[in-house]
Amino acid sequence: MIVLTSKPINVQRAIDEVSSAEAGAVVVFIGTVRNMTDGKRVVKLDFEAYDKMAISELEKIVNEAVDQWPIKNISVIHRTGNLRISDIAVVIAASSPHRKEAFRACEFVIDTLKETVPIWKKEFFEDEEIWVAAHP
Amino acid sequence: MRLNVKLYGITKEIVGQTELKYCLSSSSDVSSLRKELKREYPELGRLTSLLVAVNGEYAPRDLVLNEQDEVVLIPPVSGG
Repeated sequence: MIVLTSKPINVQRAIDEVSSAEAGAVVVFIGTVRNMTDGKRVVKLDFEAYDKMAISELEKIVNEAVDQWPIKNISVIHRTGNLRISDIAVVIAASSPHRKEAFRACEFVIDTLKETVPIWKKEFFEDEEIWVAAHP
Repeated sequence: MRLNVKLYGITKEIVGQTELKYCLSSSSDVSSLRKELKREYPELGRLTSLLVAVNGEYAPRDLVLNEQDEVVLIPPVSGG
């Protein structure tokens, strides 16, 4: 299951989606909005996505993980729109018969998501707004 | 050839609109589109990277564009 949503993320939904009798492990990564970046106080975040391609790139990543490790299932839910401090930005849940593969898959999915999926984050500080990673 | 280039994130702010109607000579490729855009909007050239997606896929620089293509500028991504 791959979902982009402008509504608060339901973590349990991601877990339920991948849980199964054959899976002895479910590993969950939850990315949340941090209150500081480089020592500056963050007020809020905005996520914007090229929805269609974000979904298809996430599908590629999930398929690659499933090809690489004996994974039962992976779900990814990513938030869009306006987020406040501590809000959940992304949830990834991976299930596998044994824990090691689920840990690896979970890390692979979040690391690759950050590199290839067309989603953009704007951080709002008290005195400026910055599109993350836009400039060297 | 007339192209609609969709803009997201910082590219939307640099250009000041969500879509750009662009006229290019026929059989232009991704590379020439990037060059034209950076010439017109120098700020685009100062980004860490600027990729182009054509019909929902990252496009190689030598891909030849067609009028019906869905063309989207992809500035550095920062999801998660």
